[in-house]
Formats: sequence, C-alpha cells, structure tokens
Amino acid sequence: MPKSTLASIDWLTVLLFLLLVGFGWMNIYSASLEESNSFSIFDFTQVYSRQALFILLSVALIVITQAIEAKFYERFAGLIYIISLLSLLGLFVFGKTISGATSWYSFGSFSLQPSEFAKVATSLALAKFLSEMQTNIGLLKDQAKAFLIIALPALFIIPQPDPGSALVYAAFFFPLYREGLAAIYLIILFAAAFLFIATLIFNPIIVITTIAIVMIVILFKKRKQKPKIRYYLLSLIFVAGFCYSVNYIFNNVFEQRHRDRFNIVLGKEVDTKGIGYNTNQSEIAIGSGGWTGKGWKEGTQTKGGFVPEQHTDYIFSTVGEEWGFLGASLIVILFILLLLRILQLAERQKTIFSRVYGYSVAGILFTHFAINIGMVTGLLPTIGIPLPFFSYGGSGLWGFTLLLFIFIKLDANRVNEW
Amino acid sequence: MRKLLLYLIILSTGFIFVFRLFYLQVYDTSYATLSEDNAIKVIYDYPQRGDIYDRNGKLMVTNQPSYDVMVIPRELKPFDTIEFCKLLNIEKQKLVKNLKKAWAYSPRVPSVIIPQLTKNEYAYLQEKMRKFNGFFIQKRSLRNYHTDNAANVLGYIGEVNNAQIKKDPYYLSGDLIGIDGVEKQYENILRGEKGVKRIQKDRFNRDIGPYKGGRYDTLPVNGKDLTITLDAELQAYGQKLMANKRGGIVAIEPSTGEILALVTAPTYKPELLVGRKRSPNFTKLYYDTIAKPLFDRGLQGEYPPGSPFKTINALIGLQENVVNTEERIYCRLGYYYGSKGQKLGCHSHPTPLNMIPGIAHSCNAYFATVYRRAIEKYDTPQEGIDNWRRHVTSFGLGNYLGNDLPVGKKGNIPDAEDYNRAYEYPTYKWYATATISNAIGQGEVLATPIQLANMTAAIANKGFYFTPHILKAIDGQPIKEEQFTIPKQTTIDREHFDPVIEGMHQVYVMGTASHLKSPGINICGKTGTAENFTKIDGKKVQLTDHSVFIAFAPKENPQIALCVFVENGYYGARYAGRMATLMIEKHIKGEITRKDLENWVLSHSLEEEYAKPLSGKPFKINQ
Repeated sequence: MPKSTLASIDWLTVLLFLLLVGFGWMNIYSASLEESNSFSIFDFTQVYSRQALFILLSVALIVITQAIEAKFYERFAGLIYIISLLSLLGLFVFGKTISGATSWYSFGSFSLQPSEFAKVATSLALAKFLSEMQTNIGLLKDQAKAFLIIALPALFIIPQPDPGSALVYAAFFFPLYREGLAAIYLIILFAAAFLFIATLIFNPIIVITTIAIVMIVILFKKRKQKPKIRYYLLSLIFVAGFCYSVNYIFNNVFEQRHRDRFNIVLGKEVDTKGIGYNTNQSEIAIGSGGWTGKGWKEGTQTKGGFVPEQHTDYIFSTVGEEWGFLGASLIVILFILLLLRILQLAERQKTIFSRVYGYSVAGILFTHFAINIGMVTGLLPTIGIPLPFFSYGGSGLWGFTLLLFIFIKLDANRVNEW
Repeated sequence: MRKLLLYLIILSTGFIFVFRLFYLQVYDTSYATLSEDNAIKVIYDYPQRGDIYDRNGKLMVTNQPSYDVMVIPRELKPFDTIEFCKLLNIEKQKLVKNLKKAWAYSPRVPSVIIPQLTKNEYAYLQEKMRKFNGFFIQKRSLRNYHTDNAANVLGYIGEVNNAQIKKDPYYLSGDLIGIDGVEKQYENILRGEKGVKRIQKDRFNRDIGPYKGGRYDTLPVNGKDLTITLDAELQAYGQKLMANKRGGIVAIEPSTGEILALVTAPTYKPELLVGRKRSPNFTKLYYDTIAKPLFDRGLQGEYPPGSPFKTINALIGLQENVVNTEERIYCRLGYYYGSKGQKLGCHSHPTPLNMIPGIAHSCNAYFATVYRRAIEKYDTPQEGIDNWRRHVTSFGLGNYLGNDLPVGKKGNIPDAEDYNRAYEYPTYKWYATATISNAIGQGEVLATPIQLANMTAAIANKGFYFTPHILKAIDGQPIKEEQFTIPKQTTIDREHFDPVIEGMHQVYVMGTASHLKSPGINICGKTGTAENFTKIDGKKVQLTDHSVFIAFAPKENPQIALCVFVENGYYGARYAGRMATLMIEKHIKGEITRKDLENWVLSHSLEEEYAKPLSGKPFKINQ
C-alpha cells in the first residue's frame, strides 16, 4: 500500500468504527456472560469469543479492501452484483434454516449470511449504474432500471423469509434522491406512510373525511386562483382507495403476528407477556439504567436473560441498562457522527460512483440504526435487523465492515481522480 | 436542498432517540422498579419483636412463631383447589376472594392468603406445600401473653393496612404492626429491622445467586425489650376489684410520674386479639357499644371530677390570699347566692368550719365562698376566671397530659371565652356565681381519671409533677426523655399544700372516709360524688352518681397517688374509696389487711345499676 494512500485514509471514520466495534464487544461480553463459566477468549463455544474472532477477521478484511486498487470496485461492480444475486438464489437449494429463516450457508460450526453482503453488492451496482454517462435518472426508463437493481435482491430475500433485511433496501432511496430523483416520489412515500399509520390508528372514514375537509378549506382559500377541482377530486379518490386497501391488507392479508406488532406500537393493545414481551422487557432494561446505568456486567435484566436476542438485535438494551442514559446517548451520538461524517465525505467525492456509493453506505447504516434502536426503545414495531458494528454475528459485522471500508478506500483514492 | 434531506433526517432521528432515552431512563422512574420486581427476588428475614416486662422484671409479653401462607399471583399454576382448601381449613369462596385481592395488590409481590397458622397447622401443611406453585410459607412471630391483664396498656399487633403501607415504605402487605397501647406507641423500638436478602433471578424465575454478591443484603436486627412502669400485680388486683363495675383506676408514683396501674373496666384478655382469633374477637369487642370494652376509661373517660376538685380550689384560695386556714365559714345546708336566693346544696355536718375540717367534711358552702372570692378578687369575672383557669391547668388539667400512650382526652376547664359565648356577653353580663358549680367540681369542669391521679401526685409532691408515662427502660437502659424526667411546676407555692394535705388526711380521721383507714398507713384522700345525666328518648335523665376518690399514701413520703372512678357507684366512699384503700394496701404493704373491704368490693356488682337506663322502665337512683 503506498504511503500517500495510507495518509489520505479518513482516520476519524476509522476511529468511530473502532469505538463502536470495541464498545459493542464489551456489551456482547456482558450480555452473553454466564455466572458459572469462567472467562476464556479461546473457548469458541462462547458468544464473546466468537465475536472477538469475527472482529479479528474483519481487520483482515479491512486490510484487503485497502490493498485492492480502488478502480477494481467500480470495474467489477456488475460482476460482484451478479455473484451476490446467485448466492441469494443458491440459498433456496443449499441454504441452512436457522430459527425459521433459510438465510445461511453453513461451514462447520460457522455460517455465512449472503444477504449481509448483498447490500454491498447492490450499493456498488447502483453506484455504477448511476455513474454511467448515458444514465439519466430523470427518465422513467432509467428509474425503472435503478428500481430493478434495488428490488431484485430484496425480492430474493423476502421469501427466506427475512422481510426486515429486505426493508433495508428502501435505504437506496437516499442516493437516488441525491442524484435527482423527482421529489414527488418522496412526497408520495411520506404521504403513504402517514396515511398508512393514520388509517391504522383511526379508521378509513375518519381519515378520508379529515382530508376532504382540509381540501375544501384549501379550495376555498384559493378560490380566486381558480384551482382545478378535478385534480383535488382525483387525489381524494386515490387517498380513499389507499386507505381502504391498507385497511383491507391489514385485516385480511397480514398475519396476526404482524397485526400485533403494529397494534402494540400504536398503543392499541397492551400485552407484556406474548408478542409484546420483547419490547416490554427491552424497555424495562433500558429504563432501569437511569442516568449512569448499573455498571458493566452488573445489569440485572441482562444477567437474568430477560431480554430475548439480547446479544444480537437487542444489544442496545444492554447498553441502556448498564451504561445508563449517558452511555446510551453517547452511542447514539457516535452513530450520528459517523453517519454525518460519511455524508460529508460523500459530498466531497469527485466521481458520481463514489458519491452514490457513499450515500448508499450512509443510507443503509442509517436505516439499520434507526429501525434497530427504534425497535429496542419501543418506538417502532418489532423488525429484526441488527445494529451495525454492535450486534453479534460474523456476517453482519463483515458486511458492514466491507460496506464502510470500501467507501474509505474510494475516499482515500479521490486525490488520484481527475 | 437535495444534499440536506439525509442530514436532517439523521439529525432529527438522533434527537428523537436521545429524547426517548431520556424519557425511559431518567423521566419515567417506574422502569427501575419494574426491573427490580423482574430480576431480583427479595426475601425478608423477620426479626424478633421486643419483649415487654413490668417494673419488677416480670415478663408480660413475648413471642410465638406463626406461619403465613403467602402467594405470588403470577407464579400460580392450576392447582387442586378442593385439596388446598381442605388442607387450610377454609372455604373456597374465601380463597377465591383472597386470590383476587392478591392479584389486585400486585401480581409480583407476595400477599398473605391465610394469615397466622399455628405450629401444628404448619407442620401438617409443610409437607404438601411444594404441590402448590406460587404459594409459600412466611414465618413471622405472634405475641404470646404471659398475663391476662393490662390489655388496654399493652395494646396489640395486627396486619398493616394499605394506608400504613403507603405512609411508611418499611411495611409490606402482611407485615405486623402495633395497633394500640405500648405496641403502637413504641412500634419502632419493639419491631426491630427486617433483614433483606436480594437474589438475582433469570427469566425462568430461577435463582442464580445473590444479587451483587450480597452487597446489599442485611441481617435482621431484633427489636428491643421494653420495661414498662406498670406493676403487673397491682394492675391485676385493680382489674379484679373492678370486675362487674365500669370505670377506671389510675395509680402513679408521685416521685417519678411512672404509671403503676392503669385499669379500665370492663376490659378483655390480651390473648383474645392474637392471630386468627383477632378479627372475630375484635369485631365483637368493637360492636359492644354499651359496655365499650375497647374504650380506656382511665385515659379517655371525661367525667365531672366532683369533690376531689375542691382541693385545687382550696389551694387557689390560699395562693390568691382570699382565705386563710383559720377562717370559719358558715354552712346552712348549702350556699345561698344571688338576688333570687339560689342555693348550692350541702349535706349535714358540723358548722362553721375552717379549711382542714372543711376539706374533711367536704363542705360545699365553704368552697363556694372561697371560689367566689378568688374570682371576685379581680375587676371583672372574665379576668377572675382566666386567672383561676391558669392555676387549675398548671396541674395538668384541661389539656392533653402528653403521656406516652396513643389515646387520651383533654377534659375541660372553662375559660372566660366559654362563658362569654354561653351567656352571650356583652349583650348579657355574667358574674362569678354563674360559674359557682366549678367550686365543687361539677358544671363545666371535666377531667379524665389519669388527669385526676396526676393532680393528686402534684399535691403529694407539694407543687410539681412528672408527666405520667408508661415506659421505664429500653433494653434495661432507663429512659432519659426530658418530657418525663424534668418536673413541671404548678402555680401554687409549696407552703400552701400542707393545710390541704392535712385536710385530706383528716378525711380519713374524721371525715367522709374515716371508716376506710388502713392500719399503719397515713392515707390522704378526698371523696367525690359526681352527679351525672344521660338522655333517654331525648329527655335529660339523672343517673346514680359516679363514685370518685383520689388518694395518696403514705402522707409523709408518698409512694402512690391514685384516682378511682366508678361509674354510677353512688357516693365516693362507697366503691371508689374502698378500692383506693385496697390498692394502697396492695402497693405499700404487698398484702391486704382490710379483708372486710375487699370482700365487700368483690361481692358487689353494678351490672343491675347499668341495666336500669336500658330497661325502658322508670327507675330510682342513688339507692
């Protein structure tokens, strides 16, 4: 590796990465520690030992990503994407089923989850597509192509079934928007989300009536500008259709467990034993931390194993319990800093490829962070996706490491671009 | 704009999360308790409650083990209710009701299902308990009484109620607390401190070792033993004398203010309020609104004191210098006053009398004269009454005594304001004669027996008293509370007491109690016969007089001062005087020489007298 490249690496990002991974390991250690077992980092039946090994291997990955020529990623983006899709398809034949989801390839005592790497591949492919000269995201044809690149892996992941991981692909909206996707998509997306939630909380009739009243008020105020009433009528019909289909889908297509998850977050149901148990226990664990927490390895909820999946998806509840408000806020701030730094780096890229890739990285990490912490703190329904760099798991850690360090390499290389 | 969108979303998400964390972790403190309930099992180790000894070291109250069946509702599994009810000997409805209550109290915190099993019941149950998930047995201790007396002084313990739990977080559902008497007053000393063991649980509710290595665990601290001032034998004797009568006896040691005996009648045996028997027995006692066995007549009974109160008026007369010991005052079978020739009647006795025989013969005219002069010495009757009241209240009358028992009454000593209100001053005027009943302890004057006993002690001490109290020592260490160890001065100079004390002695020599002498002891006393009234069908009806007596002995070196009050016992020497002599003999000699008095008291009952106003028929009084 040439010396100039080493110096141009963004060490702030690396430092944030190291802090998160290190602190993550400490919490995994605490969450998986059992009173009876003595500490042994070389006992690979222990969760914390395995995670330590994963971290070591990810360091090797980092070295490899930095050693490879930056141009490689752009040149082979398509190939990497195709391999990734094949690996997802291969799961339907060779996949190993763990707790109901066929998402893993098994190698002895270790398993690999290709969907964690597919995000990297999709990011590269999207960046490559958008950076091509003839691509114009303003055209419907190119929009359809971009959507296809994003949707294919998601479609392969949904039937595993792993809808949580598939949902993350929505993150690619951010680079698309940055590159000029019309704002109307954004507005429609937000409006749909708003109507979706409003319909579930109230009911279609109330929502439609409210919107109709708002429209009438707007029409009345703008009456001098002679507004086109049929547009308003048309949108109202769309809204009505949407609300009723949400209502229909929610009640007839969703399974009860999905309905339960939504109802609990919307406060329509109180259930602390069944489906709401995870969220409830997680909130108790976090809430009992107070200002400064109970101290590392001293969390009573963590020790008692009350929060299910605590070393994976619910690792943040350990942070909340043992490090308190100060520790948990610090982690949130570290993530925010990392995300903003990535955005800043993305904006200073000289090539579209690097910029799109940077936005993809920020979007994916943000989506994971927001959904995971939202779920653990009871703000969002239970959607099982890991907290980047924190949650236990080799595939996840390596996927995020690759994602981030490929971008660091691209960024370090920007001086050679012109 | 396109560059800003993700920035803004990231930043606002960060803010939302920090706010959410703040809400969960800092603002809403309920999660901390939830986590405690969840992950930590708290086991309490109950300390031994302190024993109670009498002044001579005789054990009065100690402990016996008892076993509560407890339940943690959320840990319940379906069980054979019929077998369970059979084992515990309860009805199914009651079990269902108690389980509902336990759920309502808390699904996680244990509640009592069946309180206070005996050792035998427990032994039988212990074997089968493991079949019933969610139930367990908590050992506690119950009181074990070594005496049948003094229930009103000792009080009792029972389960805490919800209000008490809310007030003091030390107590948990099912804990025992002192409810009356010494048990209530000195609860904090007697109870000790619970020991706490915290055990870390996992999500299957299995114990996985002590929480934080037992750093927060504490050992129970046993309660401290109390020595009370009561003389168990004197108390028992007083209760024996009071059988079949209503009233109270309060005996005080003048030199210390220690309560030697505090008898109320009718009363109950303390063991009636122990354990599972407590509830039905308490209900029975509570609803006896005629005999009122839970009403402590010694502390709470407010009666017109009658003639014993004349001693105070004599002292005030001397202190105010409106009479001397030599002046003789005429009595024409009463005291005549006012323009219409109103009369305060008196009985027949030699006349005219000076102070000492005046006390001995309890001459109403003498004390009416002295009282009137004491009031009229001042320019207005208002000033006169208030000055008189100042003297009277310095003997501990007319207000709470401040003793260390949880119940008490103020009594009543009227002031100028009371009369102004009653006579609608200044529209109408009133004069000393309007209040003349105060001279002989009737009218508006009311006092409790303990106040009268204390007043007697102040006379015996010639001008000061120690606030009466029941606690003598804690774990053998005498009490040091200034409230009880620093004497309170009356407003009367010491030299004025000698003639009054001599008068009280003459009561036994030539006066109203001359037939009640005890050989070898110089007793000073004063009889009282207090008129009293009740309402029957809305009409005021006079009942047989209360028999009142105050006394102290020996005259030279007082060891006991007492007040005996027998409701509707007729004249003072009849019941109360006899009992006073017997109590004094018992305390000073340790034996009874006046067996004739004892036989008379024990063989006479007043139950017939008490039945009269309830009979619905016309009846005669003072027979």
